[in-house]
Amino acid sequence: MAEYTIKVRRFQPETGRGPYWEEFNVELEPSLSVLDGLLQAKDRDDGSLAVRCSCRAAICGSCGMKINGQSGLGCKTQIGEAQEQANKMAAKTARAGGNAATATEENAPIVIEPMGNMPVIKDLVTDMESTHWTKIRRVTPWLLPHGEPPEREYVVEPESMIDVTQTMACIQCGACVSSCLSMEADPGFIGPAALAKAYRFVGDPRDAETLERLHDLAEDPNGLYQCTHCFSCVEACPKGVAPMDQIMRLRRKAGENGIEDPNSGHAHEVAFVKIIEKKGTLDESLLLQESFAPGLKGKLKPTKRAIRELLGSLPTAIRGIRTGKMRSLAKLIPGIHPKLPGGAQDEVKQIYSHAREHNEELNLYIKGEEGDTTEEKPQ
Amino acid sequence: MPTHDVLVIGAGLAGQRAALAAAEQGVSVGIISKVHPVRSHSNAAQGGINAALNPDDTWESHAFDTVKGSDYLGDQDAIEIMAKEAPEEILHMEHLGVTFHRNEEGRLGTRAFGGASAARTYYVADITGQAIMHVLYEQLMKHSDRVARYEEWFCSALALDENGECCGVVTRNIADGSMELFQAKAVILACGGNGQVWKPTTNALICTGDGIAMAYRAGAKLMDMEMIQYHPTTLAGKGFLITEGARGEGAHLLNAKGERFMERYAPNKMELASRDVVSRAEQTEINEGRGFPDGTVALDITVVPKKRVHEALREIVLVGRDFAGVDITREPIRIKPGNHYTMGGVKTDVNGRTDIPGLYAAGETACVSVHGGNRLGANSLLDTLIFGRRSGVDAAQRAKRIEGSRPSKKVLEDEQRMIDEIMRRDDSSGRRVSEIKRELGETMDKKVAVFRDEEGITEALETVRRLKEEAKTAYIDDHGSVFNQDLIAAIELGYMLDNAECTCVSALERKESRGAQYRTDYPERNDEEWLKHINLTRTDDGPEISYSEVTITRWEPQERKY
Repeated sequence: MAEYTIKVRRFQPETGRGPYWEEFNVELEPSLSVLDGLLQAKDRDDGSLAVRCSCRAAICGSCGMKINGQSGLGCKTQIGEAQEQANKMAAKTARAGGNAATATEENAPIVIEPMGNMPVIKDLVTDMESTHWTKIRRVTPWLLPHGEPPEREYVVEPESMIDVTQTMACIQCGACVSSCLSMEADPGFIGPAALAKAYRFVGDPRDAETLERLHDLAEDPNGLYQCTHCFSCVEACPKGVAPMDQIMRLRRKAGENGIEDPNSGHAHEVAFVKIIEKKGTLDESLLLQESFAPGLKGKLKPTKRAIRELLGSLPTAIRGIRTGKMRSLAKLIPGIHPKLPGGAQDEVKQIYSHAREHNEELNLYIKGEEGDTTEEKPQ
Repeated sequence: MPTHDVLVIGAGLAGQRAALAAAEQGVSVGIISKVHPVRSHSNAAQGGINAALNPDDTWESHAFDTVKGSDYLGDQDAIEIMAKEAPEEILHMEHLGVTFHRNEEGRLGTRAFGGASAARTYYVADITGQAIMHVLYEQLMKHSDRVARYEEWFCSALALDENGECCGVVTRNIADGSMELFQAKAVILACGGNGQVWKPTTNALICTGDGIAMAYRAGAKLMDMEMIQYHPTTLAGKGFLITEGARGEGAHLLNAKGERFMERYAPNKMELASRDVVSRAEQTEINEGRGFPDGTVALDITVVPKKRVHEALREIVLVGRDFAGVDITREPIRIKPGNHYTMGGVKTDVNGRTDIPGLYAAGETACVSVHGGNRLGANSLLDTLIFGRRSGVDAAQRAKRIEGSRPSKKVLEDEQRMIDEIMRRDDSSGRRVSEIKRELGETMDKKVAVFRDEEGITEALETVRRLKEEAKTAYIDDHGSVFNQDLIAAIELGYMLDNAECTCVSALERKESRGAQYRTDYPERNDEEWLKHINLTRTDDGPEISYSEVTITRWEPQERKY
């Protein structure tokens, strides 16, 4: 047993009072969860403390919340770990404030807040309907097969079902939505959960409206291309759905289907991969050209858009040089990029051919997590 | 007054399936749930769903396994229906979009499960319940013009008309505390089981036996309430579930000496004997000192190839890591039997009809009975879909047939008065609701669990009756309207106590050992006297006992060996 202080951002709408902080002291095993701590406070001290919860085992998705600023599930976060994190953060804040005395402080309060990007109804209970569910419904979240179903099952590639099972693992907890920085900047963004849900259908071979779905999401200014690759949702997701990966898959599929990407993100990705294969390291001068006017080396046929985008990129390049992120203007001149020493470039090429031969994506249902496969026994 | 032809209470698999089936019949449907539908506990069903769909399998084999699993207490007419209709239902789910596991030919693939004579369990990794439920919710969103959803509305009572037919339900909108009386020509209870009566349990906090208690209070018969399943593999302490799929994939059970002890209890089926058998074996090992000091035995999943674990048991990898600090691919995990499933419930026929006209029950709330004394793994999802659908269809047909009557405002006023009375209590009046709930759970887990006897059950019943008195003055802190979970917990406590009382009375009554009911004072099955269902009807003095016949169509009871 250990003692913890949880500091909860409370809001009781019927009091007429704004949000306020309240601390509760709880006593439980470090391996128990933050939700267990909250429930103890609710059971012993204040039954009016509102928190949605049901399964206690990270399957129902009710208890999305922010713990020490991180979005996640209360039931899946061990209170002992939350304490360590709170201590680290307190020490960091103290150091930043030049206060060495408290820099080693222990038992800093564990800070618990309702999820972000959603209106708060009461305490930790947020209005998921007006944000999360409305966006989910935006992506036509049901299978659209064509024609009558077969007499038996649809026959599909076994891997394709495992592939979409990663998104089926989504429990609609809203942690990714809570953490989404793009949505914070523009609340209109469809967001990580709904786009992951969209991939669940786009990736499903039984769905017959893949192209329509991709066009719909690509053409919506709040759609596919509003994600900024910040990885917040990947970090927040308690189920390994990795919403951002699903968004990137949607973009790749859109690119493959000739859908124009307003950010040139797909072309940028292709250019990046191509340059590394050729040069081993990143030749920035080629990256700009190649992203907007593919055709590596000579024979450039810049489109109007490419010229516009290239000119538009110049201020960024100049800022890059000023802040030291780009070492010299010479980097912008094609052709002077240094080659890798010795046979290193061949090794890079080998990596590429290995990747092409195996062509696997990181999907937790196929690969497990990092490190899981290190002791794989030969079968 | 909000009015629908058919009202479904509860939005897990049974409820959602019932709502969709009723809507297909062209009637207006409302579905009410105290949590958002995707939070429902059907999510927790990990392992899969049974159906004799392979050409070399037969529905008769599935039905027989179920009959045998039930220790011959299941009604064979209902079991036949379930086994016959299973393949079509699975295919229907597949067509709606469930991402069932495929074999190498791209067809539906199966895994082995306990108590089954063929590998007939269809699955989505180990999130089968979740996958099916989310797909059904997709369909509810798709058909929102035909099914109105009332998400986060709590039901506190059923309304009957002067002829004793069910015609509505009293609800509280959790978001703002407003009370509403709904009118309907048929009401389907699909509120899940009562696992929260025990502590620990694999069940979610919402599984408080609401439907069973509401039906009981309205005068419907309950059946087989003593039959409570303890699942063989739950985490000690928290009670979290480790799917039977782990044993289906080949995992072993070991005692503290490292012995694969199932050899002594079920030499043929070993770890895949039926759940009551495996749970009793484990508890015997633990009671006789061959368990670990923390009262557990070990489940060894390391014998399953790692790739297969990641593909098929992903959720268990996470449960082990996050909730037990164990990497199941590298070391055994400590488990014990834990409360899991309510085989009993509201007595229904094969179309979900209770003995109150207009009132239906489906899924874990109901007792059709297809599970009898012991449910087989992967039959619960099937039960919810088959009898959810049948209830929905039958309720819709009733709605087309009858005029319907307007529920009296009196039932709404009574409920409002009940709530006002709870709100007025303060801490001078009695104990906290949470305290009573804890005492209830611990008592039931100690005395009405894997092994039972007259003394223990009697003590439990006395405790339950004392707690029922204490609950009348139990106080809450929250006196507000918006999201008052405290108030709901107080009402749920009443539901749980009714459930507990019925279980104790039934367990005391059944003086034999059958399925999940193992009486150390009556260790044998006694078909002569007890091959019958125990029915309970509410009276002011407690449950009144009656009996009903077990329907036997083609499988005469025989000795049960695995």
